[in-house]
Amino acid sequence: MDFVDTFLNMAVIQRVLPMLWLGVGNTLALAFVTLSLGAVAGVLICLIRLYAPWPLRWLAIAYIDLFRAIPILVLLVLIYYALPFFGIRFGSFVAASLALGLAFSSFTAEVFRAGIQAIPRGQIEAAEALGLSFPVIILRVILPQAFRIAIPAHTSNSVAIAKDTSLASIVAMPDLLKQATDAQALAANPSPLIAAALMYLIFLLPAVRLVSYLEHRYRPI
Amino acid sequence: MSASPLPEELAPCPDAIRVTGMNKWFGEFHVLRDIDLTVREGERIVVCGPSGSGKSTLIRCINRLENHQSGQILVNGIELNANLRNIHKVRSEVGMVFQHFNLFPHLTILENCTLAPMWVRKMPRAEAREMAAHFLEKVRIPEQADKYPGQLSGGQQQRVAIARSLCMRPKVMLFDEPTSALDPEMIKEVLDTMIALAEEGMTMICVTHEMGFARQVANRVVFMDEGRIVEQNEPEAFFHSPQNERTRNFLGQILGH
Repeated sequence: MDFVDTFLNMAVIQRVLPMLWLGVGNTLALAFVTLSLGAVAGVLICLIRLYAPWPLRWLAIAYIDLFRAIPILVLLVLIYYALPFFGIRFGSFVAASLALGLAFSSFTAEVFRAGIQAIPRGQIEAAEALGLSFPVIILRVILPQAFRIAIPAHTSNSVAIAKDTSLASIVAMPDLLKQATDAQALAANPSPLIAAALMYLIFLLPAVRLVSYLEHRYRPI
Repeated sequence: MSASPLPEELAPCPDAIRVTGMNKWFGEFHVLRDIDLTVREGERIVVCGPSGSGKSTLIRCINRLENHQSGQILVNGIELNANLRNIHKVRSEVGMVFQHFNLFPHLTILENCTLAPMWVRKMPRAEAREMAAHFLEKVRIPEQADKYPGQLSGGQQQRVAIARSLCMRPKVMLFDEPTSALDPEMIKEVLDTMIALAEEGMTMICVTHEMGFARQVANRVVFMDEGRIVEQNEPEAFFHSPQNERTRNFLGQILGH
């Protein structure tokens, strides 16, 4: 058995390709749900962290600290395998979205907090002096500027979380990695794993490039 | 006293600003002490004094960017206190121009000018743009409307900041060292804009070290030191026969002899 037959066996890959495409679809769906819901939740938590009355602010700080500290894999195992003991049962897709989303929202909250705090104080003073109300100041003056500052770090976190979707395979979610390992077992050949790795790269290499581009584009002046 | 037909509160031309017995602390530091200052409608006041004398803090109290701890501040008859409605009402009628311009960098010049009219006055977009164009014309930079603040010189940015304030049609304009951050060759264009405004009868309080401007447009010059109003007078008298020792010292330093 030579190298190509073992690792780049086209016949095997061809046969399991439908399985892998299903995995790609599930992985993309998981990444999309996590990134969109996590980002929205993160910005809201960030605003609570900065501007809400103190009991809420403390809750936001506790949330951010907790989900930044706990490993995502541990969180996922807790949600999927421990919560059922309290009668709370989630499917593997929901459990994975929840674990990744909780982590991603806390990363997002921190990145945007730093972005908001980097805006010069004079911006808020000018907005206040014009008589703008607090919600308008947040939506029209603060957040657009904070987005610009936070975009490179936020994109970088997004790529990291997109990679971490592969953790979902350990709660039996049929994501790309799980489909590939199943296919490998089925075909008794590791070529599907190589194919899956290449598929991850096809999506993530441009994303990594995008991060570099954004870091350049939005670098502090 | 009894000859006065109306109590002062009901006089037909009320004071634009009335500050009485106002004190402010930053922590332990007593930054404003027993401030009394009345500004009539249409009056143009220049506030000067050494740095740290509290002059910026004083005008920042007038639109409550800073809050005072005792005494009273009335702006167009509205008292400034914790009441948010009052604060918004006062701010929407009092324009402020800052040392560092503080234009919104993510908005175009035109959008900087239409933001507050649209969101505070609920003005339709077309009308707000028309008015912004009018005031940009007035500060003589209509051709820059679609640029971003970062593309303009300091002097141009400050004139946009003035136009942005004017778009709210304020009754009072506050200027907080508007030319201090500018290169020397840009100071004049900003002062000319302010002089034009003064000539139209705008009520103005300017914190500035531009004594030529004070001579030319002020009705009254207020000198502050260590948180107090030490002396105030008409420009002629203020510059030629200052009464207080500290005023004389300050003028000696700033006028360069």
